[in-house]
Amino acid sequence: MSEVEGRVAQPSPTARREARLEVTGLEVRVGRSGPDVVRDVSFAVQAGQVLGLVGESGSGKTTVALALLGHTRRGLSITAGQVLLDGTDLLALNPRDLRAARGARVSYVPQDPSSALNPTLRVGTQVREALQVHADVVGNAGDAGDAGDRVAEVMREVYLDPTPELLHRYPHQLSGGQQQRIALAMAFACRPSLIVLDEPTTGLDVSTQRHVLETVRGLCRSYGVAAVYVSHDLAVVSGLVSDVAVMYAGRVVEIGSTARLFGEPVHPYTRGLLGAVPSPERAERLTGIDGQQPRPGRRGDGCSFAARCEYAIDACHTEAPELLTVASRSVRCLRARDIPATRPERLPVTGLFVPAETSVLSVRGVAARYGSTPVLSGIDLEVPPHTCVAVVGESGSGKTTLARCVAGLHSNWTGEITFQGTSLTHGARQRDKSVLRRVQYIFQNPYTSLNPRKTVSQIIDQQLQQLTGLSRRERPVRTADVLQDVSLAPDVLSCYPDQLSGGERQRVAIARALAVEPELLICDEVTSSLDVSVQAVIVELLRRIQSERHLALVFITHNLALVRSIAQSAVVLREGVVAESGPVEQILEHPADPYTRRLVEDVPRLTVIGGLR
Amino acid sequence: MLTLFLVSVVVFVATEVLPGNAAFAILGRNASPVRVRALENQLHLNRGLFDQYWTWISGLFEGRLGNSLVNSQSVWSLVEPRLVNSAILVLVTGVIGSFLGVALGAFAALRKDGWFDRISSVVLLAATSLPEFVVAIGLIILLATVVFHVLPGVSLLAPGTYAWSEPQLLILPVATLVIVIVPYTMRMMRAAMIEALESDYVEMAQLKGVPEWRIVLVHALPNAIAPTIQVIGLGFLYLAGGIVIVENVFNFPGIGQGLVEAVNGRDIPTIQFIVVVLAAFYVVMNILTDVIALLATPRRRIAR
Repeated sequence: MSEVEGRVAQPSPTARREARLEVTGLEVRVGRSGPDVVRDVSFAVQAGQVLGLVGESGSGKTTVALALLGHTRRGLSITAGQVLLDGTDLLALNPRDLRAARGARVSYVPQDPSSALNPTLRVGTQVREALQVHADVVGNAGDAGDAGDRVAEVMREVYLDPTPELLHRYPHQLSGGQQQRIALAMAFACRPSLIVLDEPTTGLDVSTQRHVLETVRGLCRSYGVAAVYVSHDLAVVSGLVSDVAVMYAGRVVEIGSTARLFGEPVHPYTRGLLGAVPSPERAERLTGIDGQQPRPGRRGDGCSFAARCEYAIDACHTEAPELLTVASRSVRCLRARDIPATRPERLPVTGLFVPAETSVLSVRGVAARYGSTPVLSGIDLEVPPHTCVAVVGESGSGKTTLARCVAGLHSNWTGEITFQGTSLTHGARQRDKSVLRRVQYIFQNPYTSLNPRKTVSQIIDQQLQQLTGLSRRERPVRTADVLQDVSLAPDVLSCYPDQLSGGERQRVAIARALAVEPELLICDEVTSSLDVSVQAVIVELLRRIQSERHLALVFITHNLALVRSIAQSAVVLREGVVAESGPVEQILEHPADPYTRRLVEDVPRLTVIGGLR
Repeated sequence: MLTLFLVSVVVFVATEVLPGNAAFAILGRNASPVRVRALENQLHLNRGLFDQYWTWISGLFEGRLGNSLVNSQSVWSLVEPRLVNSAILVLVTGVIGSFLGVALGAFAALRKDGWFDRISSVVLLAATSLPEFVVAIGLIILLATVVFHVLPGVSLLAPGTYAWSEPQLLILPVATLVIVIVPYTMRMMRAAMIEALESDYVEMAQLKGVPEWRIVLVHALPNAIAPTIQVIGLGFLYLAGGIVIVENVFNFPGIGQGLVEAVNGRDIPTIQFIVVVLAAFYVVMNILTDVIALLATPRRRIAR
């Protein structure tokens, strides 16, 4: 049953190889005639295949995804193009037919199921609704009995046990993985021809993410569904999709088979993205892409990427590139034929793990609780001088709590934490200024960790005033030095945080910590709210600063692949206990603990799968 | 319960410190001190404060509310018909006001920035800035006297009859109070509904192909109602105070008018009882609002 029954546009057996979805010249503008958000987007997907739509935030990939269902966010409108699904143009349908097609012939899996599932409706009701509103398409599934059977069937297909107890739950009573499975069940309920998945695994742990991806792949193959998978994570995409379209500033800049694109990228942007993906296999210096994507209306005449491109020539700034076919893929680059199609080379990171006699930070037998709920127990951790120790774990494993205990932000803990030979008091308020100065903390979210009412220079100056004895004349000098260290131009000094991009804000946060010359830096998921290309820049920056300044670094992350590029040793936390600790090479290559082994296996890798065609 | 106890104490102390006691009020300013003293004895006004409080509060629990100081009738027989009349007024106003507020708010949200939304927001802003008695007098001028003489301008009831026997008397007081409470409910509902309509789950429902009416009724409305319930509860609480003015304007024989009369007559047992009843209404309404709001929010009702 690889074809969906009862379709008007039933493809003939010979049409099996023809595209199920064909998008041509799609254009979305602000208002009816405002600047374009997305322009000239064309691609095709065959039955059973998955197309990856990748790019950084703001590249227009979600706008394209929604346009495939004839939908736009408030203020935008689809102004040109065709979305042909099994031969019918979805964009030409009247509102009534479009509504009938949505959910039945083309369905959508949202980025964040916790907000996309209705909090006042039981999950069973929400899955059943998808069938009931399309009772004419799914036959007599509108009947309570038949719909119930189909609900149970589709729930089993996404590996959920359709017990009445589960169906009666509200979304908030399910885990993130279960919520995403419910969203998948809704999407597959009517056996659509096309499924659009918008970063469906962003908020999930690696293991859950892997299961969800396998489910998607399996369902698409067995039911001949065409899928468009939107993601910023190239490693996730590489294992799942047969073709990739890379988007930048609202245009497809490179499109072709996954093997071609990821194996021999041509467009400088694709190369940049690939260079930024951390590898769990090799300790390499990540190369990010500096700068920012231009917003709609400020994209200029030439190539939108020219400002960030190392290959850019004068013509790039004035002449808009057309799609060229080079080395069996299409590239939107004037210099496509001049640039060799190779993956960017990355330098190896040197500096192996050397067991040291002394420790800057030593955590022994620490247990912590929130109220009466235990979060950590029996934690041991040693941070030798001039090294970076990664603390890795899934969400809820207690890694942030551990960091907060060390920094004195969480005081309900027992055990011993020694810093430079002296025992640390529980709360930061009881610590003297020299300890506060020497232990610095960088928060996960640079959008909330900087005071929005202070300029960058005030933010850094306040820190200096509080923790150092520098005079009024010395402080601006130190501020300027430290900004240079984090590669920020001096003109950001007078900016407020909301005038900066996410990457720039995180640099300001790093500068604030470095300004007081700390000896221990605690980085709590500092890159998790940033794009891959920016993440690479920040990680590389931290790695450089750590080795230049001989800092001790505690690097907290859920991303095992990232650990390889920055840390010398790692501690794996699982539900508040240390599952395994040791040098990074050992943990990533020969994990002893079964939990660590599973975690390492489930890390998405940038591998190019062949033989899909 | 603690709230009620504190209210009873405050009410008691407040009425005791009012200038002039009941004996003066009954006998008039020119009464001889001897007669005042004798009446004070008769009314137990000469006993200690605590003693008086105890007699009153224990009586309240046993249903002995005492007699009015003004005409010696039992307080209950004086207050009971007024209580029923006011309850009818509050209930009818509350139900009509809430439904109207929710419906208009939802409609304004669905046609956000449309002509209805624009006009209603201007009109409502004007309505909220008018005090009750202005609204009441405006309605009287419009519907009961100068312009159209279709409704009675005063809501006098024959003693011993209740408001439901002459529903036309209710129309103007109810209309006044509805005009006063609807804007709040409507503004809240409009805001909550707009938030719900712009939420991810409504977008998801649209992408699932759910019909428009079902999105509004099944997906958006239940989520928008939950925060609005709190405002509806506040509206009911406001009514408990709002009736005092409106009943006086229309001469409607309710508890609010009764309270004003009792204060004028220094009728302490009646004042005390009415205030305790109003306080009890506040407490019960608050609890009820919280319970209903909780029932409407599964996320808060059921822990993970």
